[in-house]
Amino acid sequence: MGNEGMTARRAGRSVRIVVLLGIILLVGFVVSLNTGRYSIGPLEVWQTLLGAGSRKQAIVLFDLRLPRMLIGVMIGAGLAISGAVLQGISRNGLSDPGILGINAGAGMAVLLFVSFYPATSMAPPFLMPFLALIGAAMSAVLIYTLSYKRGAGITPTRLLLTGIAVGAGLSAVSVILTLQLNPRNYEFVVTWQMGSLWGSNWKFVLALLPWILVLLPYVYWKSRIMNILSTNEQIAAGLGVAINRERLWLLAAAVGLAASSVATGGGIGFIGLLGPHIARRMVGPQHQYMLPVAAMVGALLVLTGDTIGRSIMEYTEVPAGVVISLLGGPYFIYLLMRVRT
Amino acid sequence: MAKLQQQAEASPPLRTRPLAASLILLIGIGAIALGIGLSIAVGVADITLGTVWDALVRFDGGNNHHQIIQSLRLPRALAGALVGAAFAVSGALIQGMTRNPIADTGLLGVNAGAGFAVVLVFAFIPWLPFAYIIMFSFIGAGLGVALVYGIAYFSRGGMTPLKLVLAGAVVGSLVSGLSQAISLLFQINYDLAFWSAGGISTADWFQVSVMLPWIVAGLTCALILSRSVTILSLGEDVAAGLGQRTKLVKGLGAAIVMVLTGASVATVGGVGFIGLIVPHIVRYLVGVDYRWIIPCSAVLGAVLVLLADIGAKMIAVPYETPLGSIIAVLGVPFFLYLARRERREL
Repeated sequence: MGNEGMTARRAGRSVRIVVLLGIILLVGFVVSLNTGRYSIGPLEVWQTLLGAGSRKQAIVLFDLRLPRMLIGVMIGAGLAISGAVLQGISRNGLSDPGILGINAGAGMAVLLFVSFYPATSMAPPFLMPFLALIGAAMSAVLIYTLSYKRGAGITPTRLLLTGIAVGAGLSAVSVILTLQLNPRNYEFVVTWQMGSLWGSNWKFVLALLPWILVLLPYVYWKSRIMNILSTNEQIAAGLGVAINRERLWLLAAAVGLAASSVATGGGIGFIGLLGPHIARRMVGPQHQYMLPVAAMVGALLVLTGDTIGRSIMEYTEVPAGVVISLLGGPYFIYLLMRVRT
Repeated sequence: MAKLQQQAEASPPLRTRPLAASLILLIGIGAIALGIGLSIAVGVADITLGTVWDALVRFDGGNNHHQIIQSLRLPRALAGALVGAAFAVSGALIQGMTRNPIADTGLLGVNAGAGFAVVLVFAFIPWLPFAYIIMFSFIGAGLGVALVYGIAYFSRGGMTPLKLVLAGAVVGSLVSGLSQAISLLFQINYDLAFWSAGGISTADWFQVSVMLPWIVAGLTCALILSRSVTILSLGEDVAAGLGQRTKLVKGLGAAIVMVLTGASVATVGGVGFIGLIVPHIVRYLVGVDYRWIIPCSAVLGAVLVLLADIGAKMIAVPYETPLGSIIAVLGVPFFLYLARRERREL
């Protein structure tokens, strides 16, 4: 009885938090729409959205800011859920697509494409997530195989160390590739690698949207299975969960989310750690409550990082990825000092 | 006390092969000479080894090739040999003092700290002479390693190799984020990318002359300290039982690492994995006595960087491939092997 009451309380609490975060996200969205080199007041934003703004305002809002912010929100949610899944299936609180080297694989695939197709603007946005997915999947398979040891399976420690090593190797190869680009492509790639949302347009939004629309609900649908998986392998098997199959599908979903986000947003790290951890502190570890909150926190973080990066300097932008790593790094250190590994 | 020390050294079967070590030193020094020669010969302007020899013994100011050799290639080759030795010995020292097999100045935030100090100097005091930049680099190296060890040390459950590597990785990415922000602010982006990936191609006589005394002093002190490091590598309790002042040894070792890494990073940028690869190969070849490991690491580290630098010039002619990336590509399999083993044998 008491258990049911607690569940109900927790569900109520998580609904309240989701609503609250939704409001904050909306406010953040409006603030972000206002900020930038060309500032537009909230009222004018509203008028422009209704079609009553000036031509310049319409261009800035619809062609520049809105797609960029939508992408920020989507990759924030995508990376946060990707991190939550990886943490759940590896039973390690420090897992994250960036730290495990999955983002590096996605990034390298995109980079390879850019270096063989010199005209960057010609790279079809719809193709990018698929390329990134191939790279990310290959690095995930590589990491998984390398950290597997007969008899011992995969320990979280070895998985993390292997991921860091593979990530370092892929980044080294990426640097070699990057420096052989011509200066124009070089600038593009470097800004993209730092996680700038600078080149976003509606095509990117449309390229990313289906991934988010399919994979986020899928992961949410599996949240009860993740609850079981993240507790204990034996219990999970005892409850009749086909552990390996479920884990593989969830891993594929996490890789897909990370890859599509990296393809459109570039190297934004730490969201996969920050989102789920902050969410767990708010609503506890149950995935059905934690996942929506994590997605919203992730979205809010990227949106905030991008807004700060856009407005901090007058003549240039700091990429969102840089802002977030400056915020996320210290948090990771804090986690590292608390978590027993 | 001396008797006890002798006993302790005699009793556990410490695997050492002085003969192999002497052989490595001998062949290694020959390889360094040859490597320097080859490294000078290889480049955009094609030069034969004979011309290299001529330029060194019978320098002719009117000869174009002699000019290139004397002013560009020779300092570069020397810088490569010096930083190779310095990074390798730093890695060996950290591994021996902390008994952590996955230790390297690149992985543990030493390079990141030194590099960040240099970036700060580039941004805020660009007129500062190199002799002073190197000092900032020392301080940065010290702060970087202190931060990484501090995080791992004060974390719940204590220091583990995994935590050190994670802390090193996060400090590295924090620092690179900050560096990127600063380089955007001060518009020093393109220079910095090359420097941070291992800018050995810009090493000149002046830089070599500034860093040379520091690195020679560091390597000499490391040799003097090597006996104590061997004892420390048996475990802190054993070392203390043998009457060693372990804190003093560790402090001296850390200072040596700071100087060696700081000087190297200021000259060629943060090249990682040398300190991981070389000492492990050396330990496999000569055993666990640091009196042999340290000199052999210095020699093989120099050879490794000379060879990698030749590769850097040859992979994508006429462009330079960053040294740091080449060595990282070589180093990652090593890291993977060590991560798989997860066993301590130092």
